[in-house]
Amino acid sequence: MFKILKYSFYDLARSRWSYIYFLFYFILALVLLFLNHDLSKAVITLMNVIIILVPLIGTIFGVMYYYNSREFTELLLAQPIKRKSIFLGQYLGIAISLSLSLLLGIGIPFVIYGLFNSAAIWDFSLLLLTGVFLTFIFVALAFNISIDNENKIKGFGYAVLLWLFMAVIYDGLFLMSLVMFEDYPLDKFSLIGSMLNPIDLSRTLILLKLDISVLMGYTGAVFKQYFGTNVGLFTSLGVLFIWIIVPVRRIVIRAKRKDF
Amino acid sequence: MHLKIFSLLLTLPLSLSLLVANGTGVCEKCPIKSIQEAIDQASAGDTIFIQKGIYKESNILVDKPLVIIGEDFPTIDGEDRGEIIRIVSDSVTIDGVFIVNVGTSYTSDHAAIRVVKSSHFVIQNVVLEKLFFGIFIEKSQEGKIYHNKIIGDAQDEYNSGNGIHLWYSKKISISKNTVQNVRDGIYLEFADSITVVGNISRDNLRYGLHFMFSNNDVYNDNVFENNGAGVAVMFSKHISMYNNQFRDNWGTASFGLLLKEINDLEIEHNLFESNTIAISVEGANRVNYLNNEFKSNGWAIKVRGACYTNLFKGNSFLNNSFDVSYNSRINDNLFEGNYWSNYSGYDLDKDGVGDVPYRPVKLFSYIVNRTPEAIVLMRSLFIDIIDFSEKVSPVFTPDELVDKHPLMNVL
Repeated sequence: MFKILKYSFYDLARSRWSYIYFLFYFILALVLLFLNHDLSKAVITLMNVIIILVPLIGTIFGVMYYYNSREFTELLLAQPIKRKSIFLGQYLGIAISLSLSLLLGIGIPFVIYGLFNSAAIWDFSLLLLTGVFLTFIFVALAFNISIDNENKIKGFGYAVLLWLFMAVIYDGLFLMSLVMFEDYPLDKFSLIGSMLNPIDLSRTLILLKLDISVLMGYTGAVFKQYFGTNVGLFTSLGVLFIWIIVPVRRIVIRAKRKDF
Repeated sequence: MHLKIFSLLLTLPLSLSLLVANGTGVCEKCPIKSIQEAIDQASAGDTIFIQKGIYKESNILVDKPLVIIGEDFPTIDGEDRGEIIRIVSDSVTIDGVFIVNVGTSYTSDHAAIRVVKSSHFVIQNVVLEKLFFGIFIEKSQEGKIYHNKIIGDAQDEYNSGNGIHLWYSKKISISKNTVQNVRDGIYLEFADSITVVGNISRDNLRYGLHFMFSNNDVYNDNVFENNGAGVAVMFSKHISMYNNQFRDNWGTASFGLLLKEINDLEIEHNLFESNTIAISVEGANRVNYLNNEFKSNGWAIKVRGACYTNLFKGNSFLNNSFDVSYNSRINDNLFEGNYWSNYSGYDLDKDGVGDVPYRPVKLFSYIVNRTPEAIVLMRSLFIDIIDFSEKVSPVFTPDELVDKHPLMNVL
């Protein structure tokens, strides 16, 4: 498995896309910090970018990589290697290289601007951590989609739809149900609702760490009481972890049974 | 003529020291050792000098016109027994004393200095610490509270008092005072024609300034900072406030300024910075908001209803999460010529006024008003999208609530 991981990783490290991805984050963070020296404000702006773009790039990249390396995968399948190792290796290779581009791309400018002397370091670490989680989650979901669909166009379509659902449509449905059931106590419901979607969960986690959380009033207080504690933090990280484990399990199971 | 004034000036300190020599001075080694004794022996119009030292006294009663001056801040220690100084006579001046340990009570409002049914009093350069109520003025008028420093150590609202407390009083000027860590910094109830100028009220448990049933008052050049709930102005009319700063009132139930049941108010050139809600308005009519600056607040203006004929003109709204929030579609208020940092219009004829009207109420703020829980979706992409579409064609937010002539640059 590690050989394949290594191969995928090096393959991606040589590919142009990893560098473009890296450069994109690098320039984004540099420009942000150049325009606004306040690290903690830059964290808020970056959050908006990360929770939208990381899932998008993760899904598109995952689907693209799977379809592109299909011939190589078939070649590997002919060798005496476990299917689990092949697919997990590829998955980890791409997820790790994307995460590295993210970490370095955003990390380097922030370190140059004096992150280690800033109070924003914890918020920033949380931001990067959720970024990495989102990368792993959405690459795994992308692999699921591409394993299920032989047709590239269909695969891409589903991948974009998945992103659209998680990033936009889910919030719409969530908001609609909140407004429809406004006569009922909703704080538990909204808590659960934001736990179920990894993008929402990441957003809530970061928002509550920043001081705009007081804008949330009573609801914010309920949220803060939950997410503010270590229990809440670990539960949410646990939920994010489940979001990785379940799709990865499914990759393994699907890959074992799939007829190539 | 000049010579006459000169000689008068020369004899002035002499005559003052004569008074001291005459026995109206109080010190630890003088014949008169307590302040109460000095007051009892003095006759109306005398000056009492309190020398540096510690005087363990409480329930001091000032019942004749006197000038009481502390030299080098003598300490009056009330030993938590209750009230410390009570003034029941007109024309009393208290200057330059340090008062500590006012007794806490759950049944009566013990104060460091209480003025009862008197006029022409002056309380200045007084420092109060470890207090329950600080300066308590009841049914008095035409007084001056100038340059005092009140530093409390309030922990809970139920067992703490107010810094400067006015009740049924008229024509009093409160200026250059510093009040911190008490329950309400400055409290006015049934207090008319009061001027509150150049005070600093900060870190108080509840309100920096608390204002009820008080009319024709002016307050300007004050700083209200980091108070539990900010400044509340309620059930009053004909108030003007200008050049004040409302800052850092940041918390789930905080606001910079609360207006409730207010008529005819002028709010000009104030700065509201980093408050959860800069101004929360309910039932306020004929209020003019002119040339104020709203900077980095959660909500700049939150209108809760029953507000008619208000004018917002020449204000700057900079980087607030929500500029204006309304809970109804009815609008009788006018927004005109303000600067909005969220404004994205253009100015083709370069006259400094945007060519496209600005809608300060976002759809999301309307939704949050209806369903407060929806705020968990703040900064979500979906919210940005619906805000944008609402901006293009308003359906839910008040139709006529627009700034038709938004400014392109900060005033």
